[in-house]
Amino acid sequence: MLTQILIAGFGGQGVLFAGKFLAYKGLFENKEVSWLPSYGPEMRGGTANCSVILSDDPVGSPIVSAPDVLIAMNLPSLDKYEDACVPGAKLFIDETLIARKIARTDVDAYYIPATKMAKDAGIPTLANMIMVGKMIRETGTVSFEGMEDALKKVVSAKHADLLEVNLKAIRAGYDYEG
Amino acid sequence: MAEKVLMKGNEAIAEAAIKAGCRHYFGYPITPQTEIAAYMAKRMPKIGGTFLQAESEIAAINMVYGVASAGFRVMTSSSSPGVSLKQEGISYIAGSDLPALIVNVQRGGPGLGGIQPSQSDYFQATKGGGHGDYHLIVLAPASVQEMADLTVKAFDLADKYRCPAMLLADGTMGQMMEPVVLPEVDTAPVEKPWAVTGTKNARPHNIINSLYLKPDQLEKTNFERYEKYRQIEENEVMYESFMMEDAEYCVVAFGITARISKNAVIAARKKGIKVGMIRPITLWPFPTDAIAKAAEQVKGFLSVELSMGQMIEDVRLASGCRRPVLLCNRTGGMIVSPEEVLAKIDELVAL
Amino acid sequence: MIVFEKPKALTDVPLHYCPGCTHGIIHRLVAEAIDELDILGRTVGVAPVGCSVMSYDYFACDMVEAAHGRAPAVATGLKRAMPDNIIFTYQGDGDLASIGMAETVHSATRNENITVIFVNNAIYGMTGGQMAPTSLPGQVTQTSPYGRDIATAGYPIRVSEMLSTLDGPAYIERVAVNNVKNVKNAKKAILKAFRNQVEGKGFSLIEVVSTCPTNWGMTPAKALEWVENNMIPYYPLGVYRDKYADAKEG
Repeated sequence: MLTQILIAGFGGQGVLFAGKFLAYKGLFENKEVSWLPSYGPEMRGGTANCSVILSDDPVGSPIVSAPDVLIAMNLPSLDKYEDACVPGAKLFIDETLIARKIARTDVDAYYIPATKMAKDAGIPTLANMIMVGKMIRETGTVSFEGMEDALKKVVSAKHADLLEVNLKAIRAGYDYEG
Repeated sequence: MAEKVLMKGNEAIAEAAIKAGCRHYFGYPITPQTEIAAYMAKRMPKIGGTFLQAESEIAAINMVYGVASAGFRVMTSSSSPGVSLKQEGISYIAGSDLPALIVNVQRGGPGLGGIQPSQSDYFQATKGGGHGDYHLIVLAPASVQEMADLTVKAFDLADKYRCPAMLLADGTMGQMMEPVVLPEVDTAPVEKPWAVTGTKNARPHNIINSLYLKPDQLEKTNFERYEKYRQIEENEVMYESFMMEDAEYCVVAFGITARISKNAVIAARKKGIKVGMIRPITLWPFPTDAIAKAAEQVKGFLSVELSMGQMIEDVRLASGCRRPVLLCNRTGGMIVSPEEVLAKIDELVAL
Repeated sequence: MIVFEKPKALTDVPLHYCPGCTHGIIHRLVAEAIDELDILGRTVGVAPVGCSVMSYDYFACDMVEAAHGRAPAVATGLKRAMPDNIIFTYQGDGDLASIGMAETVHSATRNENITVIFVNNAIYGMTGGQMAPTSLPGQVTQTSPYGRDIATAGYPIRVSEMLSTLDGPAYIERVAVNNVKNVKNAKKAILKAFRNQVEGKGFSLIEVVSTCPTNWGMTPAKALEWVENNMIPYYPLGVYRDKYADAKEG
């Protein structure tokens, strides 16, 4: 099994954080993993993305150019990566921020009002983890169990209070039927 | 077994250096390697080490020269334009036979270039870089694990041969996270009777120097140093051979491009093309013998590089130009895709 | 009774300096300071590029030869690695005030606990007499054959004054070695600059106004007069910074 995940959005949406979480989750499930961020000035307010690869075999190229899974947190990201996805890929789209539907017919799309859900739930910065929750539900790439161990690796001890809300966000996404 | 942790390549270098007994780091901020400096800034004060943000790359490498003169493990890191500035000091360190580690997390060039990954400092790293007759031992990691392991190896080789070593990575390797088991290092101190630690009024003074005003003395020193380089070439070549047993074609790639090429090699094998890969781990000394041997076996080579074609010259030399050598390359921060490599393999087969 | 001996901190290697050059005097003053503080066994010196490039053969302590201008960076590395050793640099004006100005300013502002001996003779000696950052307005050199033209070459840099504007350095003094009285003062200053380091007081720089009879095109005696009449008026002698003097008085 090899899953190539691309998470893309604006800087500040927690794109890199979501990717790190998935990489740790994979590591704890004894998968081979890699995480590669975009870097540079684009991180500051521009677009941000990261490649996450989860695999049973050692990871070759860490660059995801043809995603099996795309999490698109804004319109420019969907515009940029929709065509790059492999046939049969699963696309997760934050429909609060992306008004359009996808054009492709050979992939599966899931529309989640993640930004609105996060706002309504009082966790406005955690749309990213709502998306991750839904992605886990629909792909089964990593297990829903043991989220906390992986979260502890990406949420610093200083901000231990954020564990709970992250779990809440993942669960909200996981449970979202839409 | 030690714990597997997820780390950025840059951080793995820093932590491995500390494990290798390096307690002195001098640097200057430049993307995409600044995590090394940031990591050292955090860690060094807590373990009684030195972190110093120098006024320039030039000052940083000369601080390295100072610490190396005193016989301590020491390093600096930078990215391409900054490494150009360090060349003066690197030449002096080589000319004074001092061990030190220089890390280059490459970005696109020439000039200010860009900040995205590149391998276009291959010539600079392997052919000298600064003035005069000298070499660096150049190690090219292709995983975060190797970023850590080869950092330790670089310190060991530098001490063993009394010469500077370079870790030549790129922006991708520096920024990516992978699981890594940090090496446990036996930090038994290496005897350095030549170091300038003060005579303690017990021995004649030691002099760390690269100046020889008498040409016959300088010539003699250069010949002696090249004898040392010959030993390094004989003993320290490292490379990975992948699917080469029955290969009819050979991809040569290092660092990130080797990772990408591996995907292409596997894809080509699925199409029935008998292709393998030689991944130099030491870029200097270059695995010349391995390439020469492959030249007897394969019909052609493909050099995959993030440059306009630099390592390809060494592949041609090592293969004695007996086989065609094609180039698959992107530059300026663009990265080759497995598909592009595969297409070039097809081209090689069609020759 | 022995009234004068060669300092232990100097080797027996004959100095290569030109007749009338004051490098020899300054070497001796540095060596005497090392002897008097009994620090020879733990001192490491950093030689520059320039006329005193081969001072690594003359000082009996461990020595490192630095690239042009980089001595303060090399000294920084040495001192950080070996805080109990005594580290000094010995640099000329081209080395310290031109190509190595960044290293000079930043080691001073970091208050590195090192001692810098700065020999200012207003010319590049080793390379045959070119204009230095401290060459005087109108001074004729190989690369200012019509005299230093401030319109194109700018003004000389007064290093001691400039560095004393920084909060970092502990001690900065300008001295000269053109007569007995000045040599005695210079000796005191150099000794203090080393003692400061032994006591952990921080960055001490002694600027020594010096001669270059060969490249100035003068006899040694004339060169000493030129120091008195031309150099010292432009580069006034005195203490420019003594962080601990005020503390003592208060």
